[in-house]
Amino acid sequence: MVRLITHNLLACHAKNCNTNNFPLQLKDVQVEQREAEFNPDFLRGFMPRIEWKALVEAAKQVGDTSLPLEQPEMLDDEFLKQLHHVLLEIHIDEGALVCPNCGHVYPIMNGIPNMLLAENEIG
Amino acid sequence: MSRPELQAPPEIYYGDVESKKYTNNTRVQQIQADMTYRALELLNLPEDEPQFLLDIGCGSGLSGEILDEAGYTWVGVDIAPSMLAEEVALEREVEGDLFLQDIGQGFGFRPGSFDGAISISVLQWLLNAETSHPTSSPPHRLTRFFTTLHSALRNPARAVFQFYPTSDDQVQLITSIAQKAGFGGGVVVDYPNSKRARKVYLCLFVGDGGAQVPRGLEGDEVEEAEEDKVKFEKRRQREVRRDRSGKRKDVKGKDWILKKKELYRRRGKEDVPRDSKYTGRKRKTIF
Ligand SMILES: C[S@@+](CC[C@H](N)C(=O)[O-])C[C@H]1O[C@@H](n2cnc3c(N)ncnc32)[C@H](O)[C@@H]1O
Ligand SMILES: [Zn+2]
Repeated sequence: MVRLITHNLLACHAKNCNTNNFPLQLKDVQVEQREAEFNPDFLRGFMPRIEWKALVEAAKQVGDTSLPLEQPEMLDDEFLKQLHHVLLEIHIDEGALVCPNCGHVYPIMNGIPNMLLAENEIG
Repeated sequence: MSRPELQAPPEIYYGDVESKKYTNNTRVQQIQADMTYRALELLNLPEDEPQFLLDIGCGSGLSGEILDEAGYTWVGVDIAPSMLAEEVALEREVEGDLFLQDIGQGFGFRPGSFDGAISISVLQWLLNAETSHPTSSPPHRLTRFFTTLHSALRNPARAVFQFYPTSDDQVQLITSIAQKAGFGGGVVVDYPNSKRARKVYLCLFVGDGGAQVPRGLEGDEVEEAEEDKVKFEKRRQREVRRDRSGKRKDVKGKDWILKKKELYRRRGKEDVPRDSKYTGRKRKTIF
């Protein structure tokens, strides 16, 4: 199952696609919510790795507008719970990830994105 | 019969039938679990911080299950749809995000995404070329794999691979390409003198300049295995896991071993050692 936490780490890896290849656009996605264990320490440790704008945008695309537009300095519990939900409890089951640069489509089936490249796309 | 990687490409070899057979074989479950514990030990993660890990060639989740139990958040990639389908079938038990991906094509993960990576019984698959296209040659694929992995890891971090090389040349090829990709580290051989228990681990470092390659385990593995099928080394005492309440727990604590044994039993494994007052007690240090 792919969640927004991994979507936020993923750029296009097709040959010569090195700029403007992140974030992958979510297309025709179906999502499912599934509860996960809240772990504030994990979230605090993970914060510096997040591309905030991309996360807010992706959350919006799956219908969640709970995140502030700017990454807050103060990580209180209320904020961390929202972040937890967005990063770890929204599962993308179907749809596609589309590269904003080269247009490569990575289809998602049964929650699993297909990252395989054709021979001429391999770097 | 020759090694699986010589018989067919991985996504063909691990088709529906073989994937099911592999995943439900209690002997396989046990060996993969043991090697995953050992890989985690070699990964040497800091104790008090939650970690985000990559499981390379995660298959049906036999290794991922151990990562769940140890309280890690992880991402798994594998080239065989049938293996991943087995994992999805186990959905309730396995929690990692999965990708259908050929690691020989490289990763697209952003720099510094992961705190560490493990890979259990996978690397040997990269040593076999499938087509005559230049991007399918083993050195090309290994280069692409190691360079994109190196950048996907934080600095410092480690990646630990248990794998089955069939010659020193293969080990040489793999380590030299990993080095060129920027990794430090080297090969750890456990139980080098035992035909049955011998295991090879490639232990790679990003940054971590002064770090020494860990030493392999020695001694009589067989005796130990009889004593307790789920075997642990004393150093594992130091490792901790997170329990449901978010508190840290001892990885090799008694509760955890009992839970592990319970898991094996549930899957229909017969020779799980009975629980005794010795379960989970400290063992003699080997070196
Ligand atoms: C022996 S299984 C190990 C699976 C799992 N790590 C475990 O411990 O049970 C080897 C796995 O490597 C995967 N594999 C082989 N070549 C691969 C490649 N080029 N990219 C991704 N996965 C690959 C296979 O599909 C298979 O699931
Ligand atoms: Zn692209």
